[in-house]
Amino acid sequence: MIILSNIEKVYQTKTIETVALQQVNLAVPKGEFLSIMGPSGCGKSTLLNIMGLLDEPSSGTVSIGGQEIRSYKDKELAHIRNEKIGFVFQSYHLVNDLSVLDNVELPLLYRSGVSASERSKRAKIALEKVGLSARTKHFPNQLSGGQRQRVAIARALIGQPEIILADEPTGNLDSVMGEEIMNILLDLNRHDGTTIVMVTHDENMAKKTERLIRFFDGQQVSDAKVYANLQQV
Amino acid sequence: MLKNYIKIAWKVLLRRKFFTFISLFGISFTLMILMVVTSLFDHVFGPQTPERDTDRLLFVNSMKEQKEGGYTSSGPPSYYFLNKYVRTLKTPEQVSINSVFHQVNSYVNNRKLAIDIKFTDQAFWHVLDFKFIEGAPFGQQEVKSASRVAVINEHTRQQYFGDGPALGKEIVVDQVSYRVVGVVEDVPVLRLNSYADVWVPITLRSHEFNREGLRGGYFAILKAATPADVPKIKEEYAHMMKELERQKGEKDLQLYSFPATILENFARMVLGQGETSGLRILYAALTGITLLFILLPTINLVNINISRIMERSSEIGVRKAFGATSKTIIGQFIIENVFLTLLGGLLGFILAALVLWQINSSGLIVYADLSLNLRVFAIGLLLCLVFGFISGVYPAFKMSRLHAVEALKGGSK
Repeated sequence: MIILSNIEKVYQTKTIETVALQQVNLAVPKGEFLSIMGPSGCGKSTLLNIMGLLDEPSSGTVSIGGQEIRSYKDKELAHIRNEKIGFVFQSYHLVNDLSVLDNVELPLLYRSGVSASERSKRAKIALEKVGLSARTKHFPNQLSGGQRQRVAIARALIGQPEIILADEPTGNLDSVMGEEIMNILLDLNRHDGTTIVMVTHDENMAKKTERLIRFFDGQQVSDAKVYANLQQV
Repeated sequence: MLKNYIKIAWKVLLRRKFFTFISLFGISFTLMILMVVTSLFDHVFGPQTPERDTDRLLFVNSMKEQKEGGYTSSGPPSYYFLNKYVRTLKTPEQVSINSVFHQVNSYVNNRKLAIDIKFTDQAFWHVLDFKFIEGAPFGQQEVKSASRVAVINEHTRQQYFGDGPALGKEIVVDQVSYRVVGVVEDVPVLRLNSYADVWVPITLRSHEFNREGLRGGYFAILKAATPADVPKIKEEYAHMMKELERQKGEKDLQLYSFPATILENFARMVLGQGETSGLRILYAALTGITLLFILLPTINLVNINISRIMERSSEIGVRKAFGATSKTIIGQFIIENVFLTLLGGLLGFILAALVLWQINSSGLIVYADLSLNLRVFAIGLLLCLVFGFISGVYPAFKMSRLHAVEALKGGSK
């Protein structure tokens, strides 16, 4: 479960103060597939980065899997990200110099007590899940966009995180490939119970998820009711 | 983890061929120069056959007389001085007196040969550690009776007798005939205290022995019983010099002569003044030059590394997103850089070996036998690591501070 309370994010330069998020309160229950929509620059990605502990809010609190983040120390955040969160980015962000298998193994490099053979075994299982077990030795630039995104999903799920945060995962793909990626994410959510938060511009993709919230100018403009229901529970 | 880092380092090297070439060229060339220089330094100043016990050997190569009005003259000491004042010192275990080598002409089979000849006493063969291929050195009796016997080096044997043995045969050097009693391995010309082509008894120059000046054409080699005796010898020598100055009784006469290691003698010649040997200044200057020499390519490498790592900001972002701490990122880039420098080091070694081989075979330094010995290897390896560390740590630190979100934005696919 992810709980954001009174989150504000302000970017301050010498002359200008930009409010990216204001008074965001949001709870994402365990096992939910939530999509976030809104125009460019409305703060969706900032919100996702704050949920993923890649960015620090100016004020407010974040709680991940029942654990409230009290200090934003590099080592602690790195540990939580590694254990609990998987990321999928619009532009894949695969390491081009590493093979598909090595790319998928990457999160386990930072987890103690996982042997090389264990890493490789789990990477193969993850690749099988996304239908790419025949491509383990290929390099990212030998794959299509859809295949690259599937590698990225395999990388996000190898550490068996509770939460996957996907920032426009189908944004760079055509509709057929986008559909494929969406199906993999839906499958992960339904069968493995992984909580997924997805930022998207694509209304069709968003409609497939169980909950949709909209953002405008750094504020949540719809889905207030769902949030209220959760609070009552 | 390490395997993964090295794998990626290797990939990065292959991908950025131009950067790799510049980096490797800079590292290997710098290291090559450093290693050739250390090898030369070792060759000239380090323990080498026949001057092996360098921690127990002291050399007297110069006598400087400074008179009233600033008039100074200096040069090798005389036999008279060395025999009367140095050979009689109590603290050295052994003292050898030998002439400065000089070149004479000889004719073999109508061929003119330039031979470097040195006149030595019998102790010379004991304080130094020559490698005899044939025979043995001349003994006390032969020195006493001024016998015309000679120890020759391998090269001279080759010149006179081809591949055959030389023992017991006669050679004519500068129109004097000598019987060969021993053949030794070639000694490099930079070892001025022991080098020659032909060594003959010092008593063959006995007509020079009683010339009473302090300067002449002789060297002395003092051997201490233990390295701990070296300061005592220096002290006794200094005392003897003061006494000699007093005996001379000339107003404002100052005499400077010191028993010193080869390096100290070199430092005194180049930088020394009066009592101070200049060794500290020499070490400081050498360290400064070396640092400067390393610093320039390091700065260059740091710059190259920053741009090389900048290109990988997306990778840094991803690694951070998936749980790498800043420390791990620093570690990764340092490992990559050390790997790169070790690779450069390996190339540097090969280049250095080639250059040394070229120097040895070109005859640029007579009988030079420069090699990459273990000590030079260790220094080189250390330099590689320092190099890799220094040039990697700053860019790695800078990049590790990059915010994950910024890093991900900066990266392409």
